Amino acid sequence: MIQPQAQVHELVEHLFRHEAGRMLATLSRVFGLENLDLAEEVVQEALLQALRQWPFQGIPDNPRAWLTQVARNKALDLLRRRASLRRKERELEQQFAARQSAVAATEPSGAAVLGDEQLAMIFACCHPGLLPDAQVALTLKAVSGFSVAEIARAFLAEDATIAQRLVRAKRRIREAGITLNLPPPAELSARLDSVLQVIYLLFNEGYSAHAGENLVRQDLCGEAIRLACLLIEQPATALPRVHALLALLYLQAARLPARVDSDGNLLLLAEQDRGLWDQDLLQRGLRELEQSAQGEEISTYHLQAGIAALHATSPSFADTNWPSLLGLYDQLLSTAPSPVVALNRAIALSMVHGPEAGLQSLDELGADPAMRSYYLFPAVRADLLRRLGRTDEAAACYRHALACPCTEPERRFLQRRLEQLAAVVERNHAAIRT
Amino acid sequence: MAKFMLIVHEKPGTYKGMSPEEMQRIVEKYQAWTDKIRASGRYVVSDKLMEEGGKVITAQKGKLSVLDGPYSEAKEVVGGYFTLRAANYEEAIELTRDCPHLQYGRIEIRQTDPMGCGEE
Repeated sequence: MIQPQAQVHELVEHLFRHEAGRMLATLSRVFGLENLDLAEEVVQEALLQALRQWPFQGIPDNPRAWLTQVARNKALDLLRRRASLRRKERELEQQFAARQSAVAATEPSGAAVLGDEQLAMIFACCHPGLLPDAQVALTLKAVSGFSVAEIARAFLAEDATIAQRLVRAKRRIREAGITLNLPPPAELSARLDSVLQVIYLLFNEGYSAHAGENLVRQDLCGEAIRLACLLIEQPATALPRVHALLALLYLQAARLPARVDSDGNLLLLAEQDRGLWDQDLLQRGLRELEQSAQGEEISTYHLQAGIAALHATSPSFADTNWPSLLGLYDQLLSTAPSPVVALNRAIALSMVHGPEAGLQSLDELGADPAMRSYYLFPAVRADLLRRLGRTDEAAACYRHALACPCTEPERRFLQRRLEQLAAVVERNHAAIRT
Repeated sequence: MAKFMLIVHEKPGTYKGMSPEEMQRIVEKYQAWTDKIRASGRYVVSDKLMEEGGKVITAQKGKLSVLDGPYSEAKEVVGGYFTLRAANYEEAIELTRDCPHLQYGRIEIRQTDPMGCGEE
């Protein structure tokens, strides 16, 4: 029963989602990772109880403590019902006592205890014994508190596909005997790489122009940043390349608000209103980049963050330091060669040495079979041709790009470019006639 | 002002399989609704009823019979109630119109009978 004058409480954004991940980490520590399903059941029941009770009783003073207490009680019930788990009662009491005082404590001392548990869960979800697809899905489910349906929506997959993937991942955890422990120091660096890879994938999935729901995609970017922050908060994982990845994510996220116009159409970097870039995120990104420079290592994240920082600090597209950018792309291409990097390098090259040079480097790239069905390849080519005034060839390239598989926003983008080109051709013809 | 009881009926399993994010959104919608009711001074009391347990007592020919129920397998159960102040049914309906529960089940509105005790 709530008093009429009861103090009104508001929930922190994504509290249920994040608390689900935190409670799951604590419960899995007690139950053992092989019983992840049971832990998930308890978390779901605790959240359900909040959902059923809070509308009538109001949001409690400390929602996290409330949820923790309910999860503890439900877990205790479960342990008592299961003979095989009964001996874990004492451990459960201890873990939850520690958790409860961590929740009650003011940050950041409490955050450290809980962060440590979450970290172990992240490493388990990104275990190299699991397939990359499974790592991503499991991380979203077990660390980030996404439902099967939400993961499916984010990745434009069927619910059943994701559910199946998670079932297989959990089976693999049991078979491979993956436990909820931080990797030993000797393995930490290599294991960290697969964690960073998952975070990077999560962010890109959210950032890319898929036709998926906007809200879910923003959530993916936000979640990737949260996970990277979690790594930064823990001394064992606060390494230069983690700072570099976080810098990259902040800098990319800062540009998100300007990436589409009011009709949801994709905009080129050259067309974006730089005034819309999120200055707070941008500054955070630059600070992380500074932090990432402490140490010898230069990871691909360093190079990518460096590229993003150059764009982010340029007053305009034309006033971008293209020679520096080209240098970073050269370095990136030699450490992590990929057709997409090569394509971006060709653009930088064209800005330094002219469109002709860009075209030449594209010709060399054209031999790569991956480029043949990638819409951006003919689209970049089209733009270089347009800059050279070869509009008919440019139009043909855009039409070629439109024939490649692409998402709806990408298709609209290509269509718009083609129409702009047609308008130029029309103007030119008109100029000739008069 | 008269008192009205909002009896919240729900179908068991409505929230099953819901994601944490969806659950939080529902809680927030409820909070916004109850905040509004409270801010207007119409809030009296609310309680959630336990899902499990419950007894149904009947007396026949002086013999008391106590049965367990209602079961959660039932098609519909009373999940809880809110009591609000309103001038009349019309206003009570108006206050209930945007209650988030209506997306998940029905709400029965009943005026409490003061039985000549006078209104507060």
